[in-house]
Parts: sequence; structure tokens; C-alpha cells
Amino acid sequence: MIDTQAPVSGLSDYQFGFSDPEISVFKPEKGLNEKIIRTISAHKNEPEWMLEYRLRALRAFRRKPMPNWGAEIGDFDFDDVYYYIKPIDEGVANWEDLPEDILNTYDKLGLPEAERKFLAGMGAQYDSEVVYHSIKAGLEEQGVIFLPPEEAVARHPDLVRKYFGKVVPYNDNKFSALNSAAWSGGTFLYIPPNVKVEIPLQSYFRINSENLGQFERTLIIADKNSFVHYIEGCTAPIYTTDLLHSAVVEIIAEEGARVRYTTIQNWSGNVYNLVTQRALVKKNAAVEWVDGNIGSKRTMKYPAVYLTGEGAHGEILSIAFGGRGQEQDTGGKAVHKASNTSSVITSKSISKDGGIASYRGLVKVAEGLKNVKSHVICDALLLDETSITRTFPYMEIESEDVSMEHEALVSRISEDQLFYLMARGLSEEEASMMIVNGFLEPLVKQLPMEYAVELNRLIELEMEGSVG
Amino acid sequence: MNLTIKDLRAGLPDRQILKGVSLEIPDGEIHALMGPNGSGKSTLANVLAGYPQYEVTGGSAFLGDTDLLELEAHERARTGLFLAFQYPVEVPGITISKFLKRAVELRRGEEEIFNLSSYVKELGSAMDFMHIDRKFINRYLNEGFSGGEKKRMEILQMMMLKPDFAVLDETDSGLDIDALQVVSNGINKLRGRGFAGLVITHYQRILNYVKPDKVHVMVNGRIVLSGGSDVARELEAKGYDWVKETLLPDDDEAGGFGSDTSGAGAEKRSSASNHREAAS
Repeated sequence: MIDTQAPVSGLSDYQFGFSDPEISVFKPEKGLNEKIIRTISAHKNEPEWMLEYRLRALRAFRRKPMPNWGAEIGDFDFDDVYYYIKPIDEGVANWEDLPEDILNTYDKLGLPEAERKFLAGMGAQYDSEVVYHSIKAGLEEQGVIFLPPEEAVARHPDLVRKYFGKVVPYNDNKFSALNSAAWSGGTFLYIPPNVKVEIPLQSYFRINSENLGQFERTLIIADKNSFVHYIEGCTAPIYTTDLLHSAVVEIIAEEGARVRYTTIQNWSGNVYNLVTQRALVKKNAAVEWVDGNIGSKRTMKYPAVYLTGEGAHGEILSIAFGGRGQEQDTGGKAVHKASNTSSVITSKSISKDGGIASYRGLVKVAEGLKNVKSHVICDALLLDETSITRTFPYMEIESEDVSMEHEALVSRISEDQLFYLMARGLSEEEASMMIVNGFLEPLVKQLPMEYAVELNRLIELEMEGSVG
Repeated sequence: MNLTIKDLRAGLPDRQILKGVSLEIPDGEIHALMGPNGSGKSTLANVLAGYPQYEVTGGSAFLGDTDLLELEAHERARTGLFLAFQYPVEVPGITISKFLKRAVELRRGEEEIFNLSSYVKELGSAMDFMHIDRKFINRYLNEGFSGGEKKRMEILQMMMLKPDFAVLDETDSGLDIDALQVVSNGINKLRGRGFAGLVITHYQRILNYVKPDKVHVMVNGRIVLSGGSDVARELEAKGYDWVKETLLPDDDEAGGFGSDTSGAGAEKRSSASNHREAAS
């Protein structure tokens, strides 16, 4: 999908580390305070209830302690962050209407081409705002709503108010509070009953400005018996200073609906990626999270399924690559709140060059339920002696009639496997790559082809030079 | 292509296993290498293929004019050396299809191979010949295969890679008689000018199907006996103890026996005084 030959920073093999000259029409000072929240809200012409919501969230953020578990993020300075940078005055619906630098960036990232070839709609965020948004005409006619959330607040206030913050409350955790206070950009997606969107929709998040915090907000409502596949991608420039990305994603799958949400996270190695993703899965509905975390300096992300209706099914596929200086603390949560529900969590992680990849997961089954099934598999592959993998599987099972399976396996690339492949003519590097690809294959093959290719390519880039 | 091994010494850092092996296998011939457990047969196979844990401390090994010991394992394979593994490893997630296509590309040259359709045709008929269900093409490499399936898969790879020289390390072990026949057919199919091979085995059984031009016996890291196929029959009848008792050298530094013997019949040299056990 991406065929860029962008200039690559000398710092690493990361391909998307280039930056544009800073583009902004409005850039308040660094720091998080009531003034900046009011400013953001005013720039979006928000109704009073949303401003109130933001201010409540800000108070919660101040009150809540930093998590004392997970990735090492204690040294992050929340004051040294721009909480809002507005790149252009108005988002556009034609790529050509974007400023040249921004368009060039998206071209390098391959977005217009990807949209043309295999997407039903696309949103592109640049720093704090969605600058491009478009959906195929046919979908709009069927009643699909695909908008930047600010526009949804203005045009569909009842729908937004009904669902916004209902799956992930602002005070759920410190970072959901942060996002709820400072959110800007993201996606609002509504699929009417019985509408199946066969072609994926995608949002792409690009950070350009140094010291930016990006706080997009995504709300997906799949009404009864509908289907949608939504994809998000993300990249950022390499800076010597850190960037912050803290998103909240909420999904509501109404009765019989099916939602698949795929993330290919390829942030540069200076991004703190602290994201809350949660889905409410109602009767006979199904939600799948496919969560590929390749980039970032620190990631804490545990996509969750709350199975609240009978027959609900949730699935979380998590792929993490922890390279030099990286810590991926990822996994998933399955909360069973109804009988006859099932969940599968599959986690595959790779650690190399001293990187850390941890699986952290929770399976929770409420009291008095019947016929609940959950299956957790976590496999870790260590590529060298200095890298680290950890597993934190939590279980809170309060019903009797539960089938719970948990498998965990840590492996290393074995010398015998390498030799076998080399004895068939593959170089050591190619043989290692093939073994890593094979390790990920059961997950990657569930991605749409373009993204499978993309993910394999990203991992190949991460693997380059790792054999020696 | 001919393989010439001269006084090859190799082993693990703390233990010498090959103590001066010499072998000449001319182009077009298939030789058998027999010997008791722990005599160094598999070590020889792996040293030839370039297993990194073995250290070569002396001697030489040439495939035609190519000095194998100068090359890394993958370069030896591309040059035309093939090792059929005694224990083929499982590589999860890699389909036979993907793996084999890549290996063939590397062996034959990327521009050479495709014509994809003729490759697919060739692969299909090789699978049929080896009695491998074509559905196996989408299975992961050796994963969950039975012992016999793994061995047939090795021979299938050999047929597709068309090596100049193949070392078959106990390819017959664990095969029932039908599978043995299929595997032997695969080996025989490559037989002829431009191909030579070394069949490593414990038992004479496979040699009924793959008739060796010569049989060598290895004990304790040396070739102690070389001859025609009657050697294999004699071993089968008398057992390896007979070799150990009658043919073991009495001096570690004495070098191998009879590696350059020629003609029919076994050349037997006795050093009966030594009753040392073979290396374990």
C-alpha cells in the first residue's frame, strides 16, 4: 500500500520519520489547563454539554494517579506538550484542496492511492484536526454516517450524546480522562440497521509538529445486524523530544451486528501511545479487534470486549513488536456479562535488541452465568538474549459453567530451524525473517491482503540488520 | 558432481568426532555410508552442509571445484549440495508452497524459474511421484507431519532443487516398506550424470532399492572399511560388533582406512588389539 521513498532519518530505519515544516493556523501554548480546554471547545463551536464534559474530565485527570503498572512512563512530562495544534481552517473533501506539504506527506504515505484502490471512505488527521474526509456516495445514501466527531456533534447531537463516553467513561482511567478533556479529531461512524459495509473504511493519524499530543476520539455505532470493518493507521516524524498519542475508541455493536477494528500502529520511536479501546457487544453481536503494535516508544493498550448480550462474541488479536528502546505493554480484556458468550484473545509478540513486549490480559466472568467460553493464547518469540517478554494473565471467574483455556508459550528462534532453512539456500537473515513471518502468520492471514502485506513489510523493516 | 573429502577432522569445541575422513564419490555414483550409532555419520552430513555448531579443524571437502568449507550453509545449498535431514524440523506458519518456491528460486536463479505454470506442473507431478497429497502444499513446513511424511517431503524438496550432490541422512529410518519404496524411487529418479549422492543408513534394507556403487563403513569418526554392496550384506549378517572388534585402528592419529579403495570386494585391514567403544 505504501511505496514511499521518503527521506529517512539517520536515527533509524523508520521510513516515515520525515516531517513537514510546521503548518498551523492556531497553536496555543504548551500545557494542560482549563483555558486550553475552553479554547479547544470554542474552536469547535461546541454545545455547552460537551464543554462541561471536558472540564469534568480535566478534573478527573488531575485527580487520578498514574498507573503503577504497565509500561515505564513515569518520566513523561505532561506539561511539555502542545495539547492543540490546528493545521488548517477547514477540512476538505478533495485531496487536491489540501496545502501542498500536507498532500505530499499523505502521498508519501500512500493514502490517496489506498483510498482509490480498496477503501469505502477515509479520514485523515494531521496533528489535532481531521483535514480530509470522504466517503463513497453509495454509503451515504444507505444512511451511513462517517464524519469527524466535531461535525457529528454539530449535525447529529442526539446520536452522539446518546453514546459518547458511555462505553469508556471519562473517569475510567487517567488517559481516558486526558482524552475526554482534550479530544480533537478522530472519527464518528454510524451504520444503520441491516447495512453491510463490505469495503473497509479507514482513518489515518499523522503527527507532524514537535511536542504534540494527539487525542483523537473514535465512536463507532453498528446498529442491528449491520457490518463494518474499520481500519486505523498512524505514523509520526522522528524527533529528539517525545510525542504523546492518547486516543479513546468506543464501539457499540447492537444486536446481531459485527464490527472488525484493525489497527496498524507504526508510530516513530519517540511516541508515548496510551490508548483506551473498548467495545460493547450486545445480543448475538460480534466485535473483533485486530491490534498490530509495531512502533512507538511506549504503548499501553488493551482492547476490550464487554459481552453484555446472550450469544455475544468477542475476539482480540494482538501483535506486538518490541525493538530497541521500545516497550509494548499490550493485550486484551474480555468481560462476560451474559450467558452463552464467548471470547478469544490471541497475542503474539516479538522482542529484539533489548526491547520489551508484555502481554497483559483480563478475562472476567460475572456471577450466575451459564455456558461461557474463553480461550487465551499468548505466544512470545525472543530474537536474542537481551530482549524481554512478560505475561500477565488475569482471571476473575465468578460463575461455575465456564470453559476457560489459557495457553502461553515463549520460544526463541532455534538454531535448528535456521540451519534447516539455510540448508535450502536461504541466508541467515532471510531465514530469520521467514521464521518470524511464520510465527505471525496465523494472525496476519486474517488481515485484508493489503494490510497483511503492509504489516509483513513493517516487520521486515524492523528486522533489518537484526541478524549478526 | 563429484565430492572429494580429504582427511576431514571436525567436532564440537570439546570433542573431536570426525578424526580424518576421506571419501571420493565420483559424479554419477551413489555411495552408502554405514556404521553404528555415534560413529560420526550424521556429523559428517552436517559438517558437509555447514552446521555452525561444528568446528572443522582440518582437511578439505570439495564439490567439483568448489571448496565447501569456505562457504556458509546457504551458499553450499545454492551451489548444489543438498542434505536430507534425519530429523526435519518443523517451521510453523511457513507453507510448503512459499518455502519451496523460494528455495527453488535461490537454487535455480530467480529469473530462471518463472514460468510459474511450468513450475507448478513440475511440482504437482513430483508430489504425485512421492505419493504426497497435493493439499500438503498449503500446510506449514513439516508441522504435524508423521515421520514418513517428513522424509517424503525431504525427497520432494530434493527432486525440486535438483542438487548436484545429495547427502541423505538416515532417510530410511522409521519408514514402512511402501514409504521406503517411494523414497527410493525419488532418489533413483535423480540418479545419473550430473548427480551423485551419499546414503547414510544403519540398515541394508534401503540398499536393496537404491543400489550403491560403493559402501563405506564408519566407526569412531573414521572410514574403516570400503567395498561393494557385499559389505552391506556382511554387516547385516555379522553386526557392527564384528567391525568394531576386527577393524578398529589402535591409534587415534592413525587416520582412516581404505577410503581410496577401488574395485570389488572389501578391503579389510585388521587391528584387532583395540576394543574401544565407538564414540557415543
